Amino acid sequence: MKLLINGFHKAFESRIRLGIMSALAINDKFDFNALKEFLEVTDGNLASHIKALEKEEFVGVEKSFIGKKPNTKYFMTPKGKKAFENHLKALENLIKKSG
Amino acid sequence: MKEEQDYLRDITEIRSMMERSSKFLSLSGWSGILAGIYALAGAYIAYSFLGFNPADLEYRQVPGEILNFDLWKIVVLALIILILAVGTAIYFSQQKAHKRGERIWNATTRRLLAHMAVPLIAGGLLILILISKGWLGLMAPLTLLFYGLALYHISRFTYDELKTLGLIEMVLGLAGAYFIEYGLLFWALGFGLAHVLYGIFIHYRYER
Repeated sequence: MKLLINGFHKAFESRIRLGIMSALAINDKFDFNALKEFLEVTDGNLASHIKALEKEEFVGVEKSFIGKKPNTKYFMTPKGKKAFENHLKALENLIKKSG
Repeated sequence: MKEEQDYLRDITEIRSMMERSSKFLSLSGWSGILAGIYALAGAYIAYSFLGFNPADLEYRQVPGEILNFDLWKIVVLALIILILAVGTAIYFSQQKAHKRGERIWNATTRRLLAHMAVPLIAGGLLILILISKGWLGLMAPLTLLFYGLALYHISRFTYDELKTLGLIEMVLGLAGAYFIEYGLLFWALGFGLAHVLYGIFIHYRYER
């Protein structure tokens, strides 16, 4: 795992990836289009960020069909949850130190 | 490597994303205040001009002649109030979302409406069934009861305070069902006064 010295995970350097993780932390599942709406990014941009999180095994995919339309939902894996919590803790520590 | 202030912005971003993706916060206090005023005006018209004040469950309807002229007027009046209230809510929510730099139609809004629709449709159908049987006395109390259930149910997707408002509506609905002769009064308290007070509360708490 690529960790920065102070506990920040490299995968969360990007604010879009951080946004994806925040949305998945509080909602059990989220579909692609909903994420796109909240983050206001293009399809390609969002897809590449999700792919990066998938590669880290932080985010899982669930594909299904609503009628004939494919529907892709994303959720946070236990590994992703742990990494995100650690990242939040690191942020917290930073504030405590500077405050 | 990021600067410290970048991390602080990250925290703001995380917070905002969690809030935006889980809660519908574009509901405006003004919607509540105006919806309440429409309801009070509607209740006054129903009572004073249309003579609607069912004193018991069956409201002395002749079987087979249930949909008389007065009932039609009441239904139309109720629909006008509903359309005005929903229209006002949409208008002010749009304004508020715009001010917050958000879009009104997103996953959070859809989830809120989908969850709200279930108790409201169930209640609406029950009320139609009761009207068809001539049990007009329960119309007003049941709208309160099912509206209260809907609010209670969706409060976790929006302001927590909607839970209290939902409980108040349910209590007033049940009271109206017991004291049928005061059904319209309880309805005016629930849809009128409670909405106005709630709207003022939300406005002062979150919009200033």
